[in-house]
Amino acid sequence: MSVIKPYLRLSGLEPLVVRPETNFINIGERTNVTGSKKFARLIRENKYEEALSVARQQVENGAQIIDINMDDALLDGVQAMTTFINLLQSEPDICKVPLMIDSSKFEIIEAGLKCVQGKCIVNSISLKEGEQKFIEQAITCQNYGAAVIVMAFDEKGQADTEDRKVEICHRAYKILTEQLGYKGQDIIFDPNIFAVATGLEEHNNYGVDFIEATRRIKQLMPLAGVSGGVSNLSFSFRGNEPVREAMHSVFLYYAIKAGMNMGIVNAGQLVVYDEIEPQLRQLCEDVILNRNNENNEATEKLIAFAETVKTEGKVEKKNDAWRDNTVEERLKHALVNGITEYIDADTEEARQKYPRPLEVIEGPLMAGMDVVGDLFGAGKMFLPQVVKSARVMKKSVAWLTPFIEEEKLANPAAQAGGAGKVLLATVKEMYTISAKIS
Amino acid sequence: MSAIRNLLSERILVLDGAMGTMIQRYKLTEEDYRGNRFKDWHTDVKGNNDLLSITRPDVIKAIHKEYLRAGSDIIETNTFSSTSIAQADYDMQLLAHELNVASVQCAKDAISEYQKETGDTAPKFVAGAIGPLNKTLSLSPDVNNPGYRAVTFDEVVVAYTEQIHGLIEAGADILLIETIFDTLNAKAAIFSAKKYFREHPGSEREIMISGTITDASGRTLSGQTLEAFYISVAHANPLSIGLNCALGAREMRAHVEELSQIAGCYVSAYPNAGLPNAMGEYDELPTQTAAFLDDWANQGFVNIVGAAVALLPIISVKLQKR
Repeated sequence: MSVIKPYLRLSGLEPLVVRPETNFINIGERTNVTGSKKFARLIRENKYEEALSVARQQVENGAQIIDINMDDALLDGVQAMTTFINLLQSEPDICKVPLMIDSSKFEIIEAGLKCVQGKCIVNSISLKEGEQKFIEQAITCQNYGAAVIVMAFDEKGQADTEDRKVEICHRAYKILTEQLGYKGQDIIFDPNIFAVATGLEEHNNYGVDFIEATRRIKQLMPLAGVSGGVSNLSFSFRGNEPVREAMHSVFLYYAIKAGMNMGIVNAGQLVVYDEIEPQLRQLCEDVILNRNNENNEATEKLIAFAETVKTEGKVEKKNDAWRDNTVEERLKHALVNGITEYIDADTEEARQKYPRPLEVIEGPLMAGMDVVGDLFGAGKMFLPQVVKSARVMKKSVAWLTPFIEEEKLANPAAQAGGAGKVLLATVKEMYTISAKIS
Repeated sequence: MSAIRNLLSERILVLDGAMGTMIQRYKLTEEDYRGNRFKDWHTDVKGNNDLLSITRPDVIKAIHKEYLRAGSDIIETNTFSSTSIAQADYDMQLLAHELNVASVQCAKDAISEYQKETGDTAPKFVAGAIGPLNKTLSLSPDVNNPGYRAVTFDEVVVAYTEQIHGLIEAGADILLIETIFDTLNAKAAIFSAKKYFREHPGSEREIMISGTITDASGRTLSGQTLEAFYISVAHANPLSIGLNCALGAREMRAHVEELSQIAGCYVSAYPNAGLPNAMGEYDELPTQTAAFLDDWANQGFVNIVGAAVALLPIISVKLQKR
């Protein structure tokens, strides 16, 4: 018998252990009919095969858990949840990750739990309808062996201030651990991410309320986790993806520092914190941290900036500025930002510049991956972004491989050692990254 | 702490071995299986081993006693298929409850007879065996329709609840959910047990869990790694987690070692005598298997071991010396 550390342990076909040093856990949000129009349409039209590919894409993009939600007035939620999860169980490349069963209707949650062999997360239960209902649902989750997300919601309503969030979460924690024997690590709080920069001043502090509540929740209940649906934050910028992505990235940067350890995100779309255009980043920080925001000043500045992004495509143009840099800088930029668009051309240019194709890998490509490793270590890059970087790296190496082979054939003796070195370097880099992840 | 936890903190406990191969040695006929009560039953029942607890309790008791004499601390009831779902193969689904009660009675009678005959007063435990069912919840039996399931979670819960009710009512000390190849079936059994315990105050029993790894991939049939499997059933707060059947001791070693590192409970193992040869026979000698088990015990990998009856005396002696 071993002493088992109190970490949240989940499973699909494979285990997911959330250790204190584990980086932020990305929960894929696209298999949610309320959040993804495409997914909703596929489910409504009974195109489950295609719907599965939405799930697969998220896992490929680095989602470590996928959130599944079938709450749609036009759907039989129980039936849709059952059908989709049963189908998902026969796709090992998807169901290797744990599932988050998401619904506001408990019977749909239960329908999902009945189909999954691994340990899931239930999203969510709350004190909304009083203690008795909460306890009943919590016991049911226990019987299925699921971890739970507890939303900061009680009989009086959804918590919006820091104090209310902390108070409700603590009350729920005591009931679960003291009355029902829950382990602290099986409890994850969702202290409600609300939209900021809506124009209403009473919404301006929502970002701060979440971040500060998270800090206190982690101090008060260190075993518990903190999660949230990040997209809500930028709801008032619907249709303006560059601004939304920047807001999410800035918000996560601070919320994670405060103790948020998982979140529901669009795993394929997260801009790297350090790569956000400085002016936009500054505006996002002011809005999210509610700084320089008397009379909605920060909000209005961000809205004004957003207009320019939307109408003039200014940011798009700015984004292309990196194309004017040296080939080394361009390769680095492509790696850090996960852009595959120009990688073949840039790799070819570098190959012609350097004496040997191998030196392109050892030089600029490795330099770029070093930056990726540093940003990841500093919490400024998340797994989905690293996966995109790896994809760029792979594409570039694939371009170079025939040239390396050719060189090897021309001069076998001189190249043998060198070729071995390529593989080692690349593998080692990925190994370092994956060691940090797990 | 329960009596069995006390004992486990002191020494390695010995489980019994398979019931099926022991029954085969009696070369029972269709008439034996039917007995008087089912002489006119409308389907063949030979092969329904659990039925023997009603029609030939003498045979079942004799086998239990053989294991007890060989050194078993825990004996498993003859209830591997005593659920309405598994019994439907013989159209005997209505007998499920009675089968469980009769089998626990056989085990308890065997213990008291054994104790009377030998004067051995060491505590013995009856583990109510809960098998995996012949229908699975995670896998589709239809290759063209991967979303199809031959049975629902709710139906499995009804069947397991009836079995658990029978086992506990008749006085089983432990529930042993075993030969798990689909974790979702095991989760349905755990769900049933937890719900039953809550609804029947005082009925709570220790739960032992034993899964099966079928091949060199090191995964369960439903595709989980060993650690994923353990995480998925840990909410049972089991007395022990372990592996049984499918692999011989040589092939099992790495898995048992891994379990001992990841499990927050005791670890059990019941290996086959090696892997079967082309004829379906086992080539490994009892002394060879015993040597493996001895090694595991020395390494501290296992707390509960089970094996074929020929092996048990050798193992028991080795473990007693500890």
